[in-house]
Amino acid sequence: MSWDTVADVASAICLLGGAFLAFAAGVGVVRFPDLLARMHAGTKPQVLGLVLVLVGLALRLRSGGAVWALVLVAIFQMLTAPVAAHMVGRAGYRTGKVRHDLLVVDELTNDLDRVREDGDE
Amino acid sequence: MSWVIGVCGLLLTAGAVLAVVRAEKGPSILDRTVALDIVVTTMIAAVALYAAVERRADVVPVLVVLSLVGFVGSVTVARFAAVEPEGEGRVRTREEVAAEDEARRAAEDEAERRRVDGIDEHHGGGAEGEVR
Repeated sequence: MSWDTVADVASAICLLGGAFLAFAAGVGVVRFPDLLARMHAGTKPQVLGLVLVLVGLALRLRSGGAVWALVLVAIFQMLTAPVAAHMVGRAGYRTGKVRHDLLVVDELTNDLDRVREDGDE
Repeated sequence: MSWVIGVCGLLLTAGAVLAVVRAEKGPSILDRTVALDIVVTTMIAAVALYAAVERRADVVPVLVVLSLVGFVGSVTVARFAAVEPEGEGRVRTREEVAAEDEARRAAEDEAERRRVDGIDEHHGGGAEGEVR
């Protein structure tokens, strides 16, 4: 068994894992009840799934330049995914898309209430 | 190796189709952006899968571009998400649309008359529907 076969098998496992996470995100986004839960499902393929797929691709390509470009893709995705998630979550909270009965801890609402009380005094 | 490609393609297709189902159902514009974000991520994974199958390093720049522009859509939409009234996503009947058009035209006429009379001068302001 040569190292090429080992790399191909590892790459196949990584690609399968990434594809499964993309499928899990699809199931989660259809079945989950509110915006925050759907965002939680959507982040699975955005970071771990994408990294798995890129590792699988790098193991198949096995050339220096392409692998550095793939590292760049992963870094860009990790920089932009939190920005998009923050904006969507913020807009969701401010337009009343958050279902408070499903939350276990809601620190933002508690803090906002405390600030409003302080302002009244 | 070929069954791995088949299974990966099947899983990615199923994930993208389910995300499109959520984008169609809504119920709010933010749910749709989240769903379309997943479609973009699935597309990146599909292009990477193609590159891995064909051992083509020349499609890697496509991945770089997709990962850079993928978030622009959801950030833009989230910026302009407004509080939607109850029943906003419902398809309205012909009569309801006609009544709404009539009400809007009346309101515009009223605003025009006020502007001509010099009352209620408008100085612009933030974009309509902007989240503050």
